[in-house]
This record gives sequence, structure tokens and C-alpha cells, in this order.
Amino acid sequence: MKFYGTALSSPLMLGTAQYPSPDILASAVKAAQAGVITVSLRRESAGQKAGQAFWSLIRELEVPVLPNTAGCHTVKEAVTTAHMAREVFETDWVKLEVIGEADTLQPDVFGLVEAARILTSEGFRVFPYTTEDLVVAEKLLAAGCEVLMPWGAPIGSGKGLNNVFGLRALRAHFPDVPLVVDAGIGVPSHAAQAMELGYDAVLINTAVAKAGDPVAMARAFSLAVEAGALAYKADPMAERDMAAPSTPLLGKPVLA
Amino acid sequence: MNILVNDEAREVTAATLAALVDELGLKGARIATAVDGDFVPASRRSHLTIAEGMKIEIVAPMQGG
Repeated sequence: MKFYGTALSSPLMLGTAQYPSPDILASAVKAAQAGVITVSLRRESAGQKAGQAFWSLIRELEVPVLPNTAGCHTVKEAVTTAHMAREVFETDWVKLEVIGEADTLQPDVFGLVEAARILTSEGFRVFPYTTEDLVVAEKLLAAGCEVLMPWGAPIGSGKGLNNVFGLRALRAHFPDVPLVVDAGIGVPSHAAQAMELGYDAVLINTAVAKAGDPVAMARAFSLAVEAGALAYKADPMAERDMAAPSTPLLGKPVLA
Repeated sequence: MNILVNDEAREVTAATLAALVDELGLKGARIATAVDGDFVPASRRSHLTIAEGMKIEIVAPMQGG
């Protein structure tokens, strides 16, 4: 699956925030073999110039970057942030977040669709952070998005895929649209599950960065994503309610 | 001239946004600018005149999820 015409080297998209150190971040990105890393923009202090050091670090990683509009609560803020990100990161890719609620960090899908329409008309390649709502998904596609990024669970919660039915329905409705589970993944099995559902990628940050050993966890996610993708291609068996013996009954000796 | 840079009160001598970026030691740095909530591309910084009370945001690459 291609994302706006670009094939990624891996379906694992990795966030760059909250790592114990820049060295651990760099090692985790390599261990994950991340296909994309997400980045953000924050105020630059004239004295510290932290952003310049981070810029050097991500350039050395040589992984495509996906800037986000994290923390934006209005269409205007998100659109302006996207403009700034395009200039700083020299990419027209943007992970569009318009946050609607502080406790769940769930997207304001009305603002999201509006911001997506503005940005796609300006040439941005929008990766919208959305819910698994089919109607919203339709509207995002109509607004010019060619990728959808539904949440698994609230950002940073680690709860996994809260609505598997909804995610499966989204996959079935949009077989040709690249779909990414973004947010809520806590452990590698969640990522494998998303891939087994036929998702094209997963985006993970906190689950790796906040692990006791982020580099080992990055590798674990890399393996899980590979396993899940392979399992989806291998066409998993159908689930059933009742048991069905796997060992043949024919030829069983009568011992009772 | 008294302005706000990243919400911090500053007295500056720069006449333009480009000059302000220089004055703050950020010339050539990987940054983006906004004035009073609107994005100002790098190519327009030298045309933007600093005025009393302006709210200027200067951002740079940062870790993100």
C-alpha cells in the first residue's frame, strides 16, 4: 500500500516524543526499522536552541518525517501549524490533529474535516487523526484525504483497539484507502491485531517511549507488525462459537 | 519596541521580522514564524515591519507523536 504515492519501508510509524534521551530515541527508531517518524513544532528558545539539535538528530536518522499538529484545538491553529511545519520540515505531509476534548484527546471531527478541506486545497497530503466513524471517514475522503488514521483508543492510554468491530467495518468499507491505527496501542499484540485486521500501518509512540527498555520494545513492535501483516496475507481461519476437534476422531481406539 | 516573543515580553530594536530573528540569534536556524496568529513565511520576514505590542511566535522542530 502506498501513502500518497510513496511506499514505506515498514508499516511501523513511530513517534519521537517522551524518550529518556536522544540516544535512546535514535536507537529505538533503528530497532523499530520505522517507515516514518512523527515530529512536531514547539517554541524555540533563543538561548537553548533545542529544536536545532533535534533537527540534526532526525536528519541523521534518514527516515521520512510526518509532522503533526498535536495540541491544536481549532481549525485556524491546525492550519497555521501545518503551514509552519511545511516550511520547517520541507514536506507537504501532515498528520492533522484537531483535538476536541481534553480528557480523551478525541478528535473534533467537524473541525478536522474543515481543516482537511483547507489543507488539501493548498496541496497538503493530509493524514487525518480521526475516529472509526464511517460517515466522518467518507467526509474526510471527500475533503481530499487519501489516508485515514482512526484511533485505537485515546492517545497515550495503551488500551489497544477499543472498537474492533468499528475498525473492521472501516477496513471493509474502504478496501483501497490506506488505513493506519493511530493512538492507543499499548503492547505489540495490539499492533499485530491491527495488522491482522488488514490495516496498512500503525502509529505508536508512548508504548515504545515509556517502556522500561524502549529499544527492545521498538524491536518487539517491529516483529509484531511484521507478524500481523503476514497473518493478514495468509488469510486467517474463520472464528466459530463451538469447539471443533483438531485431532481426527476416525481411528480412535475404544478404551472405555 | 515592546513586543511578545513566544509569550515573553521583550524590548527589541529590530525593524523587521527578519531583523528580529537575527537579533535573537536565530539567523539560519530551522524555524518558522507567525505574527498575531498568522503564519509568516521566511520569504516575507524582511517585508514584515515590527510594531508595538505584536505577538510573535517562533517555532522549531520538536519531538512529537
